[in-house]
Amino acid sequence: MARPAVRQLELVPAEPAGRKPARLEVARPPRAGVPVPAGAGAGGAAGGEAPERAAAAPAPRAPKRRATAEQMAQRQREISISEFFTKNRHLLGFDNPSKALLTTIKEAVDNSLDACEEAGILPEITVEVRDLGYESGLRRAKGQAEEPAPERARGAGGHHPPDARSDLSKGEGRFVVVVEDNGPGIVKAQVPKIFGKLLYGSKFHRLKQSRGQQGIGISAAAMYGQLTTGQPIRVVSRTGKARPAHLFEIQIDTRKNDPVVTRDDELREWHQEHGTRVELEIVANWQQGQKFVNRYVEHTALANPHATVHYLRPKQERLTFPRATDELPKEALEIRPHPHGVELGALMLMAAESRSHDLKGFLGSSFSRVSPAVADEILKAAAFKGRVRPRDLAEDRHLAESLHRAIQATKIMAPPTNCLSPIGDALMKKGLVSFLQVIESEGPQEDGDGQLDLDHATKRRATGASSRKAKVQPDEAGPERAGGSGGPYPPDLEEGVEKIKGHNYFIATVTRPPRVYRGNPFQVEVGLAYGGSWPADKPIELFRFANRVPLLFQRGACGVTEAVVKTDWRNYLLSQPRGSLPVGPMALLVHVASVWVPFTSESKEAVAHYPEIIREIQLAAQECGRKLATHIRKRQHADYQAQRRSIFELYIEEVARALGKITGKSPVPIQREFLRVAEAVTEAELEERSETAPPASGPRPRAEAPGARAPKDASEKVSRNPRRRDEDE
Amino acid sequence: MARMDAVSKRTAQKIEKLAEQVMRAVKGGKNPFVEIPVRSLANVRFDPKKRIVQLGGQRQKRYFFNVAMAKKFMQTFLVSDACKELVESGKTTSIRDLYYITKHTIGETRQNTFEEQDESDPIIEDLEVALDALREELHLFASRKGSMVGPVTIRDSGDTIDLRRMGSGGWAVPSIVEENVIEFVRHEARYVLLIEKDAVWTRFNEDKFWKRERCIILQGGGQPPRGVRRLVQRLHQELKLPVYVLVDNDPWGFYIYSVMKQGSINLAYESMRMAVPDARFVGLSSFDKDKYQLPGNVAIKMDDGDVSRAKQMLAYPWFKEARWQREIQEMIRSGVKFELEALSRRGISFVTEEYLPRKLKEKDWLE
Ligand SMILES: Nc1ncnc2c1ncn2[C@@H]1O[C@H](COP(=O)(O)OP(=O)(O)OP(=O)(O)O)[C@@H](O)[C@H]1O
Ligand SMILES: [Mg+2]
Repeated sequence: MARPAVRQLELVPAEPAGRKPARLEVARPPRAGVPVPAGAGAGGAAGGEAPERAAAAPAPRAPKRRATAEQMAQRQREISISEFFTKNRHLLGFDNPSKALLTTIKEAVDNSLDACEEAGILPEITVEVRDLGYESGLRRAKGQAEEPAPERARGAGGHHPPDARSDLSKGEGRFVVVVEDNGPGIVKAQVPKIFGKLLYGSKFHRLKQSRGQQGIGISAAAMYGQLTTGQPIRVVSRTGKARPAHLFEIQIDTRKNDPVVTRDDELREWHQEHGTRVELEIVANWQQGQKFVNRYVEHTALANPHATVHYLRPKQERLTFPRATDELPKEALEIRPHPHGVELGALMLMAAESRSHDLKGFLGSSFSRVSPAVADEILKAAAFKGRVRPRDLAEDRHLAESLHRAIQATKIMAPPTNCLSPIGDALMKKGLVSFLQVIESEGPQEDGDGQLDLDHATKRRATGASSRKAKVQPDEAGPERAGGSGGPYPPDLEEGVEKIKGHNYFIATVTRPPRVYRGNPFQVEVGLAYGGSWPADKPIELFRFANRVPLLFQRGACGVTEAVVKTDWRNYLLSQPRGSLPVGPMALLVHVASVWVPFTSESKEAVAHYPEIIREIQLAAQECGRKLATHIRKRQHADYQAQRRSIFELYIEEVARALGKITGKSPVPIQREFLRVAEAVTEAELEERSETAPPASGPRPRAEAPGARAPKDASEKVSRNPRRRDEDE
Repeated sequence: MARMDAVSKRTAQKIEKLAEQVMRAVKGGKNPFVEIPVRSLANVRFDPKKRIVQLGGQRQKRYFFNVAMAKKFMQTFLVSDACKELVESGKTTSIRDLYYITKHTIGETRQNTFEEQDESDPIIEDLEVALDALREELHLFASRKGSMVGPVTIRDSGDTIDLRRMGSGGWAVPSIVEENVIEFVRHEARYVLLIEKDAVWTRFNEDKFWKRERCIILQGGGQPPRGVRRLVQRLHQELKLPVYVLVDNDPWGFYIYSVMKQGSINLAYESMRMAVPDARFVGLSSFDKDKYQLPGNVAIKMDDGDVSRAKQMLAYPWFKEARWQREIQEMIRSGVKFELEALSRRGISFVTEEYLPRKLKEKDWLE
């Protein structure tokens, strides 16, 4: 069993020095719920535990103090990583129990998707949240013996204070998060380090578009679970049919940032041929956190149409987002960094790690787009005197600086863009359609006000009744093309319009060509779904994605938001209050894909404000906006047609009544005669209209109207129309 | 149902005919319409012989199956229905009342048949011209304003009223002043003076100008309502009294005079019974500022609207006469206008004691 983790986590270096200690010093546990064992004072603990006391160093001035500083330096190297993130867990998205729930799920799911993509497997992922409090309540009710879960918790060091629960706020409790994938699995030997060591991963040292970047994610979640419940992370993984599955329970020795395996069993049987299952017991707040999780799962399905996601929640029915395509995303290739994107420090680091003997070799092998000729040019611009080796650069800041300047001054081809894997127009559309299908049938969701910077409800439905009705009619499921059997005057579905559970959505997507910011290739995609049951009088829903991962927090601080707000949507027939998101029945999806997405912080919640990125988003939004404007204009026209008929019907009753009174006759036959003429008149007019200026979509005459020729003509006009428009452009 | 007189019977029949014609069209599968003479400047002619403004021959068709016209079509019949009921029951009501009678919510919508009175008033005028029936024949009257005093005795709905003894407020001129309501019993007036403004009229009344001058003074609170105009015409025609008009020196004042004289564009169809082509314009003239030595600081600068309106007036056929052209051009040239009250700078009773007597004595007016 591991050393008492909780106590170690309370360690605070008495006199922090070095890289990040200033933060360590001020950062206190962010939540009152963090258990602080009595007597575990910082000083006492630190004094008591300094096992690797360094050999005494020379003491020039103040011997006593300097010796202490040396010790501190030693200790920091050992504990700073876990220590730092324990104290600063908000940096990783574990600010509070509701957000921690989301972050835990997100880290595991992101890893699963990454692994499947890298291995070329169509992902099938299960996300499960179990409410332990609720389950034990059920068991008690059934008279079954209670699982010794609390006991086990105390067993993990006994430092988990029994009164921790009294601090729990409403909805807070113990939950188990399970994420299972059908990915390649993890080699047995790697499992402990992956889940029990921070900053251990495969993605940090390479430039490739992936969800994970830092090698912190899942181990941080494991640490959070251990910190709040004392329970180790449980992992089952299997790498192939011929090989057995292994079950691990892993704790983190936070002081050493090393895994401690508390269980390692070979399973005789496991239902997955290959894949990984991660189980974490954490303190979470389902009541407040579920809306984040719901949104994350929905949006993950939206941005990953090649993935099937099963979602199991406490006290709720299982929800499945089926994959919308069997096509894996284009494989993102790994590239070397582009010279123009490298910062001075990084350049020195790369030089230190280089195995080349000369600078030309270093430049050519460490960077992309540096041919021998380009390397010569750079070196000429740097004008070094004498021979300079990469090793010298790593040590001499001035030398590194001149090379850095020379690189910036040299014209170098833009980086290759095959490292990017955008969702693509067609799949973005498919993703939006299946996303809308699920949220249309799932019914309205009550959303409390998110105190976090979360955009409001996932689906603020104008009316809940309509969507529930849609659920009762299974034959209506699935997107329909062609004029359905909707209202009395069913409009033909125009291009780009999808009928989803009885609601018409206009969907448009734009994928921009790849661009470069600071040497990093990136690509922007925008998709929108307009109409349907989105409310017309509220700001639009903005769905932000970075490398296919939904960004749910810090909307206001995000460069994506800035770009959307800066776009003048009034040009595209939406209203837009000054400096705000536009208002209208619309969801807007923005995806930024890059080998290195610049986030504003480690929790990867908001994209930094690079002008290149903002401009690309704006261009994509504008392009989408133009498609939207065309659609809205068409719809206004169709609305107008339907409206005019209803106007007549409205007034006929009044006129008939007045005429009847004046002439002393019954208004009923008069009304009937008016209605008869109404049909004839509108039909004749429609025919006339479609001959002169064919509307792309218009109401079709009623079925009982004589002469079925009119609708056919109209639809022919419709299909001819788009082509003509293309020619015009 | 009250017994109807011949006029009312005829009016009710006209409304019925209008409705039947619509029903016949619908029965025949046609888009029904109401034909309405156009009531705009484009369809107004100046008859130089009768010297009045008259409606031309242009008619417009108001169709029901036309998005822009459907509502008005419906409104036309709501008003028709209400008027027919008024006529048959022998009751008279105000046009505001009619607005409320015909206003209601349509079906299960939030739309009303009429949103404002501004919507129903023109429909009434449409109906008047479409049926060739006077408003009074439809048993409607407009809001009442205007007052009158003078050496004349009248009978109003059977009550004998001596307009020499009306105190400071005068007799309120009703909307309907036809022979069957108002009769002239006895008078010693020499002429009729119509004053644009209530305040100036009050000065004339207080100074007992009408007694001294033996004249009838009237005011219509700006643009005189139909009742006042009809009454002035009757005084002119039946009692053979000359009519003088005293208005502000601005385009609006001139227009009031022009309506008194030739009839208005909007009510051109009623010019025959309202206009007094012989009416004389006694002031304020654009040349009075010099003649009566008005200080410059009582002038008001004309704005762009005033100027363009004045320029339009130059083109009115009834202002084509050289003296009128001079008059209007002087106003445009000087770029200033004067209110009647500006005369008070020369003394509070300057207008009644010096200005008007001198004008009349010198025959300093325009026709
Ligand atoms: N479900 C999984 N299947 C296969 N490999 C996995 C799985 N989960 C994690 N890994 C491997 O473990 C490594 C560490 O994961 P971790 O989430 O800690 O970091 P990361 O994903 O590289 O970066 P980030 O901190 O940004 O999430 C990954 O780089 C990946 O190689
Ligand atoms: Mg990860």
